[in-house]
Amino acid sequence: MNYNWDWASVGDSLPLLWEGFKTTLLATVLGTLVAAVLGLIVAMAGRAPSRLVTVPVRAVTEFVRSTPLLVQLAGAYAVFNTVEPLTIGITVLGIHYASYLSEVYRAGIDAVPKGQWEACRALSMSPRRTWQAVILPQAVRNVLPALGNYAISMFKETPFLAVITVSEMVAEAREYGATHFVYAETFTLAGLIFLAASYPTSLLMRKLEKRLGH
Amino acid sequence: MATDPLQKTGPEPSVADTAAPGHLVVFDQVVKRYGDHVVLDHLGFTVDRGQHVTLIGPSGSGKTTILRLLMTLEQVSDGVIMVDGQSLTHMPGPNGSLRPANEKHQREIRKKIGMVFQQFNLFPNMNVLQNITEAPVNVLGLDRAEAEERARDLLQLVGLEEKATAHPTQLSGGQQQRVAIARALAMRPEILLLDEVTSALDPELVHGVLDVLRDIAHTTDITLLCVTHEMNFARDISDRVMMFDKGKVIESGTPEKIFGDPDHERTREFLGAVL
Repeated sequence: MNYNWDWASVGDSLPLLWEGFKTTLLATVLGTLVAAVLGLIVAMAGRAPSRLVTVPVRAVTEFVRSTPLLVQLAGAYAVFNTVEPLTIGITVLGIHYASYLSEVYRAGIDAVPKGQWEACRALSMSPRRTWQAVILPQAVRNVLPALGNYAISMFKETPFLAVITVSEMVAEAREYGATHFVYAETFTLAGLIFLAASYPTSLLMRKLEKRLGH
Repeated sequence: MATDPLQKTGPEPSVADTAAPGHLVVFDQVVKRYGDHVVLDHLGFTVDRGQHVTLIGPSGSGKTTILRLLMTLEQVSDGVIMVDGQSLTHMPGPNGSLRPANEKHQREIRKKIGMVFQQFNLFPNMNVLQNITEAPVNVLGLDRAEAEERARDLLQLVGLEEKATAHPTQLSGGQQQRVAIARALAMRPEILLLDEVTSALDPELVHGVLDVLRDIAHTTDITLLCVTHEMNFARDISDRVMMFDKGKVIESGTPEKIFGDPDHERTREFLGAVL
């Protein structure tokens, strides 16, 4: 291999990548928040007594889960062309992952023993209080590790946002590469930054998983 | 889900007849089926205020179902259950008719009833004190200080005052069950249902729980309805023992009578096998 590694460009592109990384992080954090809240709402709606609620909810989640994120991003960008791209990106990421997280929540809720529901009933607790004080705290605890892993997975999918002109880290790397003709260095650097961020997070998740006893 | 016994049976159940004063609990022609399997077959019995009644009988004979119907964890297939003169299974409909009770109706009556489960069912996300105060604060509307005082008194009663801040997972099965008893009593129920409360316990932990229940039976005027396999306990605390088999009460009487000189061959057989 006779490629001349250009150390100078590594240092040179770092500030630009750092700017992109902030966008990546912002999209991940907000996207995860949207997914976590929306996923829970979808999971609870899926347990509604009326099929008027459950059937459409299931249809939409199935649609979102069966189409690629890239297509959803491009589609939303084309339709909502007056909305800021980053906002579209965060929303689409959130909705996309909510469709997966709803399943995770569903499993977490199902894992709460039947006796817990019965104890609530025997104490005359309202359905609202039953969910709030007993079922959800246990369900969320059940799913916390999975939630973390989906957040990491979303983090690694944020480069798709480049397609709808969001200047996240990989878009910035390509931009720098295009103007300075040093792709290898900047992409490698971007990759290392991803690694530096997601690996410790996944270790943390594993630790959390152990502590919660799963 | 709730079925509509009125549509299936035609004639209205004789609610007025069964609402005799004094009976705190009335089962009148209660039927419970799961598909074709009949668990309770036109079951009828009454429990008076302050009575301690024990249900004995072979496993799988439907004893627990009786408690679960009373706690509205299950709904009757047919018949009427009355609690304190009110129908648990029916509510007034238009023009003096009756219709199946809805959730709201049942929730009001349910407040008079407490239940202790075989598997304790404490809330693992709360400590002992929170387990006991949750419903008094959020269902009865007690202020927190009052609820905590009540909880501490009850913890003392069950001998666990030093465990108020412990979490259920840090307690033994027997301790968990005593907390569950305190939790049920914190709602000041008129009727306490005990569903095989020692069956999930290691043998050496059983007596601690039974001692607490004996104490409650002898010092309070609460009405007890228990399902148990502890015959000595049943003999100790019961005013009346009901032998239950194949969906029906086949014999009912004082513990002395049932354990000493039962009328039915089936009762003798059963007691011979378990004693």
